[in-house]
Amino acid sequence: MRWTARDVRSLGVGLAYLAPALFIFVVFVFIPLGRTFYLSFFNTRSTGVISTFNGIDHYIDLVTSATFRSSLLATGLFALYTVPLGIALGLVLAVLLNQRLRGISVFRTMMASTIAISAAVGSLIWLLLFNPSLGLLNYVLSLVGVRGPEWLIQPTTAIIAVAITTIWLTLGTNIIVLLAGLQGVPEEIYEAARLDGARGARMFTRITVPLVSPSLFFLLVVDTVAVLQAFTQIHLLTRGGPVDATRTLVYSIYLDAFQNFQFGFASAESVVLFVLIMALTIIQFRFVERLVHYQ
Amino acid sequence: MSASGRAAAIGRTEAVAVQRRGPLPIRKAGSYLLLTVVSVLVAFPLLLALSYSFMTEFDIATFPPPVLPAHPSLDNYEKVLATIPIGRYLLNSFIVSTAVVIGQLITASLAAYAFSFLVFRGRQVLFFLFLSTLMIPWEATIIPNYMTIRSLGWLDTYQGLAVPFLATAFGTFLLRQAFMQIPRELWDAARIDGSTTFRFLREVVIPLSRPALGTVAIYGFLSTYNQYFWPLLITNETLMRTTQVGIAQLRFEESLRWGLVMAGVIMVAVPTLALLVLGQRQLIRGLTAGAVKG
Repeated sequence: MRWTARDVRSLGVGLAYLAPALFIFVVFVFIPLGRTFYLSFFNTRSTGVISTFNGIDHYIDLVTSATFRSSLLATGLFALYTVPLGIALGLVLAVLLNQRLRGISVFRTMMASTIAISAAVGSLIWLLLFNPSLGLLNYVLSLVGVRGPEWLIQPTTAIIAVAITTIWLTLGTNIIVLLAGLQGVPEEIYEAARLDGARGARMFTRITVPLVSPSLFFLLVVDTVAVLQAFTQIHLLTRGGPVDATRTLVYSIYLDAFQNFQFGFASAESVVLFVLIMALTIIQFRFVERLVHYQ
Repeated sequence: MSASGRAAAIGRTEAVAVQRRGPLPIRKAGSYLLLTVVSVLVAFPLLLALSYSFMTEFDIATFPPPVLPAHPSLDNYEKVLATIPIGRYLLNSFIVSTAVVIGQLITASLAAYAFSFLVFRGRQVLFFLFLSTLMIPWEATIIPNYMTIRSLGWLDTYQGLAVPFLATAFGTFLLRQAFMQIPRELWDAARIDGSTTFRFLREVVIPLSRPALGTVAIYGFLSTYNQYFWPLLITNETLMRTTQVGIAQLRFEESLRWGLVMAGVIMVAVPTLALLVLGQRQLIRGLTAGAVKG
């Protein structure tokens, strides 16, 4: 594998084209990732300047801290409430939208509209809906005889409220991806299944779900990563409260770094976030992708 | 599925309908009814925000909570304009988002060109290096990035808001897919004609890839315009706030005026909703690029 002058020259040309993007990635992705690891072994002053070497003490503090354990729990619960339900709801709506009808595109645009809605806008609207006295949600619940909770004040319902908001925010993306998946299924397959007597629920579980499984898997990976990174909803709805019930890992990083100015400790949390996302993605590819049926 | 097959599947606009025997008019009406009810439910929070933006605070406080304004007025919009510099927020967001779009189009098309037409050793490794950035959550690097921007003196500046986002692995990947569909013969012919590498990119590849460039542009705009965490961190001056951070401030005011907040919400959401309606096809192409196995 000797490098000829030609090899070097062509690499030079290639790098020249890659240079602008590579520069940005090196400065704002790769070096910062390294610095996050590095910072996690140090104590910092409130300005962020490194003061003393701390070894793995931040990690030991994390493992023994009740706040950290509760923040892992909050992150897990949040993902668990949001991702499966969001994908399932998206699939049902995508099947509903996958009809050949005049004017169907109007319905598609309406249901996909949350793609364009920012987390800040969505959170402000849901903040009103969850309001115990002014919000419509509890009024509607009271009409069917249910006494609505004080959504954002009780720990158990606060995380559910954040999850509901997030499901709504991701619904548009989920619908579009699944609709495209459904449209990629050749009609002959449905036709053949119908001739074999498949109908309704059976058709859905035996034919539709396996055939859109690549899209379902894609959303599982993408939605999980997105939920683990969610910040805006939590900041605007609950600020991590009540009693840390919605203090997810990302929100913990924000509080420790930018409210308490413990950059070293928050960097250790960032490393955990990075490893967690990596590990979950690898697990999903190793174990869940086996269930996916690629055509 | 081949690259061209994928494009066909994505480009197909009409649904492959689940045919039922004998499309009865009643069944059709039922479909429409169901679709209408569900669509309104999904869009309900947004429609409600629109309705509340026309309500007075007095109407909003009545019980049961109203759905439609009793005395529709534009007061809230006037109050938003008087309370926060929303024009300036919109301007800031537009400047930053446009800068990011232009930057991403340039860096991503140059990189995608290298990954599709140029042949050099180490190309595969570099391509994986690009893709690996998709696996690194921005939040895990946010502390050093904040420190970088601060040490550059870029807090409260447009460059601080835009520069970290001038490259996009997702956009590079998308453009590479599009560039690879351009027939190799065009490249060979251009070489024979003595065209330079860069001229081929500018005069052939870019014009032939407008739809994919459109997708990258819309994505870049939407994701930058809708950002909240980063602008919250690096802006402090009111006049440097972006739309998302700006309207969220209304939530932290002493007396929460819901009509006002909802008017702000609508003003901020209108540009992105317009983009959704105009660029729906591009958006769908982008979202589905990763979902169908190549």
